[in-house]
Amino acid sequence: MPSSLIDADSVLAVDVGSCTTRATLFDVVESSYRFIAIGQSPTSAAAPFKDVGEGVVQAIENLQEITGRTFLNKDRCLIIPSQEGVGIDSFVATISAGPAVKTVIVGLLNDVSLQSVQRLAHSTYASVMESIGVNDRRKPEELIDGILRLEPDLILIAGGTNGGATRSVQKIIDIIGLACYLMPAEKRPSVLFAGNQDVAKDVNASLTPMTSSMHISSNIRPSLDVEDIQPASRELADVYLQIRRNHLGGVEELYSWSEGNLLPTAYAQGRLIRFMSQAYKSNKNILGVDIGASATTIAAGFNGELTLGVYPQFGLGEGLSGLLRHTSLDDIMRWLPLDIPTNNVRDYLYQKSTYPESMPATLEDMAIEQAITRQVLRLAIGATIKDIPVTVRRPFAGGLPYFEPILVGGSAITNAPTMGQGLLMLLDSIQPVGITTFILDQNHLLPGLGAAAANNPILPVQIIESGAFMGLASVVVPVSNARVGSTILHGRLVTRDENETRFEIKQGTLDVLPLPSGQTGHLFLEPLHGVDAGFGPGRSGDVQFSGTQLGVVIDARGRPLQLPSENGRRRELLKKWIWTLGG
Amino acid sequence: MLAPVVHILPLTTIRRERLLPVSGRVVARLDQKVSPVDVVADANLGQHHILVDVARLLGITPDKADGLIQCKIGERLTTNQLIAQIPGLISHPVQSPNDGRVVAVGGGQVLMEIGDIIFELRASIPGIVTRLIPDRGVEITANGTLIQGVWGNDRVDLGLLLPAPQLNSPGDVLEASQLDISLRGAILLAGHCSDPNTLQAADELPLRGLILGSISPDLLPLATQARFPIVVTDGFGNHPMNPMAYKLLITNTKREVALNSAPYNHYSGTRPEIIIPLPLSQPLPQARDTDVFSSGQQVRICRNPNIFEVGTLTNLLSGLTVFPSGLSLPAADVLLESGQKVVVPLVNLEVLG
Repeated sequence: MPSSLIDADSVLAVDVGSCTTRATLFDVVESSYRFIAIGQSPTSAAAPFKDVGEGVVQAIENLQEITGRTFLNKDRCLIIPSQEGVGIDSFVATISAGPAVKTVIVGLLNDVSLQSVQRLAHSTYASVMESIGVNDRRKPEELIDGILRLEPDLILIAGGTNGGATRSVQKIIDIIGLACYLMPAEKRPSVLFAGNQDVAKDVNASLTPMTSSMHISSNIRPSLDVEDIQPASRELADVYLQIRRNHLGGVEELYSWSEGNLLPTAYAQGRLIRFMSQAYKSNKNILGVDIGASATTIAAGFNGELTLGVYPQFGLGEGLSGLLRHTSLDDIMRWLPLDIPTNNVRDYLYQKSTYPESMPATLEDMAIEQAITRQVLRLAIGATIKDIPVTVRRPFAGGLPYFEPILVGGSAITNAPTMGQGLLMLLDSIQPVGITTFILDQNHLLPGLGAAAANNPILPVQIIESGAFMGLASVVVPVSNARVGSTILHGRLVTRDENETRFEIKQGTLDVLPLPSGQTGHLFLEPLHGVDAGFGPGRSGDVQFSGTQLGVVIDARGRPLQLPSENGRRRELLKKWIWTLGG
Repeated sequence: MLAPVVHILPLTTIRRERLLPVSGRVVARLDQKVSPVDVVADANLGQHHILVDVARLLGITPDKADGLIQCKIGERLTTNQLIAQIPGLISHPVQSPNDGRVVAVGGGQVLMEIGDIIFELRASIPGIVTRLIPDRGVEITANGTLIQGVWGNDRVDLGLLLPAPQLNSPGDVLEASQLDISLRGAILLAGHCSDPNTLQAADELPLRGLILGSISPDLLPLATQARFPIVVTDGFGNHPMNPMAYKLLITNTKREVALNSAPYNHYSGTRPEIIIPLPLSQPLPQARDTDVFSSGQQVRICRNPNIFEVGTLTNLLSGLTVFPSGLSLPAADVLLESGQKVVVPLVNLEVLG
């Protein structure tokens, strides 16, 4: 068994999603890592298997069929390390399958530690059921009864700056301890304490006997004006895996196959985005978006700093029946280019929630699916914007910062019937600003690369540079308050072979300039009337683009995007935009 | 490709574990014949707690208060029973505010559990207790017709199965005007329900249970509150019940039927179930829970078009098939009961078995 992945050649990465399990093979071709192939199977975490193992083995068997190589022995066990051409040199795994982790968050002040611990909870597949602060007006016994009723899987505790409050923390720890003590031993939650380090030792000693597993990390709020979530987020990833290993069959085996290189999918994605934002020194930051059945994950990297938002409530699977607790049917319906009765959309949410693996077969169902996708991604982006550090520059208050590039995963987008439909969903929901490129992770490589990156940093770098991801479109989004129809931008696109296209952009329009994959082009932009085309208000500039599937798209529809309230006009506009991007 | 399996079976042997949420007492006996509403095990879930802060009430330190507390963990206290007091000429007693049980003592405080909620675990299916699981529950084995559903409101009951008045087809909608006193105590079969007044009328009768093919999602909050079990066999929206389940149910009218409307949980595998007990001399092998798609299987379609229709999978198509949605997906030919042949994505099929 290789002690380090750096010495390894072939790497098998398995991701256990809530609907699909994928087995991805990376191998060295001509001295460089390449993505070779992917095998898939339905995930077997749910009944009747209740064990992720069957889905993992079937995905690897599918990979064997595709590649003609052998990775499993007769007993369907992984052959590691490879011997005489069979097996694999190293194995990493990621997991997002399983119900959202029922979580209680505990802090002292609402706008300090409770806010930070809420952000910590957002970094994994947690569903926050209860929030307890020191100013909570409920009696201690009411809090205890509340926790007992919820039967949480996880309690996250923060509070007190280092060297600060200890009595208030202790008081709240006593309540948590009593609640845990009263639970049957097999139902006790895992607890993560990320508060005042002066009491961490005492907290550990008093809560350890009352919990399923007790974890301590550094303080997420070491002082009033400093928030440091990363170490606790790393610890939380371990806690999440511990919970999955305890409750979901086959995860322990996966952990053992991977020699501990098992990570929550979202954490691995976040790690890669942070790694890229550091490695590529992008001054416009990097955004990763994944719309899965179990959750929508948003990872924003800022020069090595990460804001990670994992939203099980915005997943496209089982959780859809609860979506209307977070949004209205009207907000979903506004994205429909077809005249579809409200009841059909409501029925769709519930039917899809009952059959998360099912797919739209009709045009109408596809329109509903895409409308829901837009809305859940819009909600997830909205939730993430609140957590992005205020120091990050953005063109207008409350808006999204500049990102370049934006990496996108999730089959709702990557398997959309046309590239144009995929891009329009992204433009409508993310509503990026400035100059960016959308890159599709069609084969769901990001989690595996993120999991492998810790031990094998060469792998993600070489895979990213190998063209394993698809350039969907280069996008320019001018930010302007101009009247719809007025000219806001002049420009020209000069391709490598000296072809020049001149254009004029009017406010409210969506335009495409062809620049196919393999080509490169230089885009010169001259904004009018103080418009910010990505170089600052009123500033001209130029940018080099590589060709993509859809070329250069100029989205001058306005930020935030306002849709006409009149149904017929709105639907016509949505159809027009789809056609502009190729149907 | 792995195929989800849902059971719609005219005659089978059903084996189900029934477990308490916490450790408790198993009251059923081995080989005991049980009805769905019989209690097979119980446990005390407590009700709520009261924290008596002795130290604060006496104005002393927690350590000192601990030395004065006179009750122990597990002890039952009655209202006004002494918990602690400072000795002296003028004593300051701290008394129990309620009847209850002491569950924790320490830090100058006493935590009491007040009231009892005895959780009674019902058999949920009619059958024989074939295994006792100490402190946790039982396994029950039954023979009969089994129809699994997709939505239930977590109730259990049994009664005589009656079709809704004027029920002519699996898509017929149940209206409040159809419910009269003659249906009181019945388990009613209908195609669809979308009217809250209908559910209210059914609750007022009351019915003993309701079986629907489909339900409007608007009705779910009300349906969840209904006092009788509701089992939805197919899904949401206004669609007819799948013909296989409908035929089985309609041919068993006026028979006793048991409803366990447990909510569908993908992970645990619990589903709402309809069981019509039938005599069987030899138990049949249990229906399989897993399968892979293959020709000849009976399948149900779970998405539009042809939603909830049942047919026979006649051919697994090679490669990917392009659908009107624009998606390219693995698919199969399905011959519907109407004789129509359709192509359906495999992910939109369930095997019936």
